[in-house]
Amino acid sequence: MSHAASSRGNLRRLMDARAGGRKLLVPFLTAGYPDRKTCAEALAGLADAGADAIELGVPFSDPLADGPVIAAASELAIAGGTSIEDAFDLAAGYVRAGADRPPLVLFTYLNPAASLGPDRLAEACADAGFAAALVADLPYDEDPAVAAALARRGLPLIRLAAPTTPAERLAELARGAEGFVYLIARTGTTGAGAGTDARVAEQVAVIRANTDLPVVVGFGIGDTESARRAARLADGVVVGSAFVERLGRDGPAAAVGWMRTLRDALDRPVSV
Amino acid sequence: MSAMAPASGRPGYFGAFGGRYVPETLVFALDELERAWAAAWSDPEFHAELDALLADYVGRPSPLTHAPRLSAEAGVDIWLKREDLNHTGAHKINNTLGQVLLALRMGKRRIIAETGAGQHGVATATACARFGLECVVFMGTEDTRRQALNVYRMRLLGAEVVEVDSGTRTLKDATNEAIRDWVTRVETTHYVIGSVVGPHPYPTIVRELQSVIGREARAQSLERWNDLPDAAIACVGGGSNAIGLFHSFLDDPVELYGVEAAGEGLDRRHAATLSRGRPGVLHGARSYLLQDEHGQVRGAHSIAAGLDYPGVGPEHSALKDSGRVTYLAVDDAEALDAFHRTSELEGIIPAVESAHAIAALLRRPPLLPEGARTIVCLSGRGDKDVQSVAALEGASEAR
Repeated sequence: MSHAASSRGNLRRLMDARAGGRKLLVPFLTAGYPDRKTCAEALAGLADAGADAIELGVPFSDPLADGPVIAAASELAIAGGTSIEDAFDLAAGYVRAGADRPPLVLFTYLNPAASLGPDRLAEACADAGFAAALVADLPYDEDPAVAAALARRGLPLIRLAAPTTPAERLAELARGAEGFVYLIARTGTTGAGAGTDARVAEQVAVIRANTDLPVVVGFGIGDTESARRAARLADGVVVGSAFVERLGRDGPAAAVGWMRTLRDALDRPVSV
Repeated sequence: MSAMAPASGRPGYFGAFGGRYVPETLVFALDELERAWAAAWSDPEFHAELDALLADYVGRPSPLTHAPRLSAEAGVDIWLKREDLNHTGAHKINNTLGQVLLALRMGKRRIIAETGAGQHGVATATACARFGLECVVFMGTEDTRRQALNVYRMRLLGAEVVEVDSGTRTLKDATNEAIRDWVTRVETTHYVIGSVVGPHPYPTIVRELQSVIGREARAQSLERWNDLPDAAIACVGGGSNAIGLFHSFLDDPVELYGVEAAGEGLDRRHAATLSRGRPGVLHGARSYLLQDEHGQVRGAHSIAAGLDYPGVGPEHSALKDSGRVTYLAVDDAEALDAFHRTSELEGIIPAVESAHAIAALLRRPPLLPEGARTIVCLSGRGDKDVQSVAALEGASEAR
């Protein structure tokens, strides 16, 4: 319980970091990819590589918001026997090793979560030490049961905003947001491909007019250049496919090392 | 285990089922679609245009054909609602023409679709050819293999067929790829979903467009017998031909039966979602779902590619729970037997999908009382299946 409490409190660190002028770096990785042991090593490595929060993805058989890299990672993790329960185990191990590590966000599709039921989902998240949860295929206004169950455990359900979210809806989304707002940079699935800076900037402006929470941008951020560009438009970036690809191909040390180069790039002053 | 179930009565829900569980990127498109549909469906001009197409292009109304020899064999009075006689050979065209007219109203000139057996893909490609729209159809490689004829038909009609080699390589993963494409190009693309599945408003749109089947069947019953049938029966994959037939009879004293695919048997690989699944969320809607204890969706299996799907339309889930429709499951062997017997006894080669509905009537003990007047939705013709059935039976004879 004490682990959980401190991990939850950790999400406030995003606000403090931003106040200190730091751009937020939020890596994503798939639980159990390429196997549970390597995944645990990568999580531990990321904690010391300058991540401000980490999204741990629950592998799902039908990840329709994901591009080929994360979809393949999901398929492999499931074949290796990973389920949502393993994501809880991985999180618990990560938090046990250091309660003030960067907070963990459970990233899942609705069905594995719905399979548990909202109360057990919230209870398991809290017990494992997750600081928040995010459901990729649950629009914020569709089904209040998940958010309500998480709230009873003091955990926010992170809201996703899209480049196609109309201004009025985006304002409402932002007003009720907790933790941070995750803005999808472009239409499409996770992985390679560039967004339109102008659209991202417009959406960030609407969000900021309606909440003080940090805004992080994800989808298609795969190198130092795109990370720096996106971070200039918002408060930070989520980096998923490019990290997962390196983790599978080059191993945890190299992948974490690469994440450190992103951290350094985000910390470099903007050149004139 | 308790599935999350929002209060019923909300728009887009059928009891506890339905909703729109999609990435945020698609929400505006579903809102836009809902508005466009409401405007079109209340516009007499839209109906006039659609009705003219259904009459002159599709060949509606489709006949209600008596099946005397099959009736003698089954012990019930069988009447076939002949969706197999529609242009393109199945009920799918009723939906695709309506949705393509809708896409034109929305100014979207690129159309995508998923397909299992290929019938929906062919019907979408046909509607796109008729109106000069770009058409991309996603189809699993397992299905492109067993329905090669339909792949060629789609290409002949000018559509691009994208072969999907991920996951189960069937309808489920073809649908995932179609949704991924839609998420990417949503601002210029309309996704023509082929069944009463997917996020709101699709299950309602497809139901309304397919309800022409039941409206005609009801009118034909009254005209022919001055009475309603005793029962109506249809196969259920996603369930569009079944909903289309059932909807006009929901408030009548007519027994309704939906027949799922039991594949190799209910204790082996099957596609009997309502019989053996539990509620979950797939492809944007809450409905019964074949899944494991961790919420991973199971691969389905049926000899009929059009029934080979681990989900089902949310309205069917509600009709199951309310008890208004009885759902049962028929296995591959029973369906093949019905495929042969319908061909031999009536001179009509049914789609293997539709043969599932007929097979339920050939069972012993009988499903219905002796002589019960029964309308069967013959949802498609079996030409597409001839080659794969021949190969299957050739192989088993060679053993």
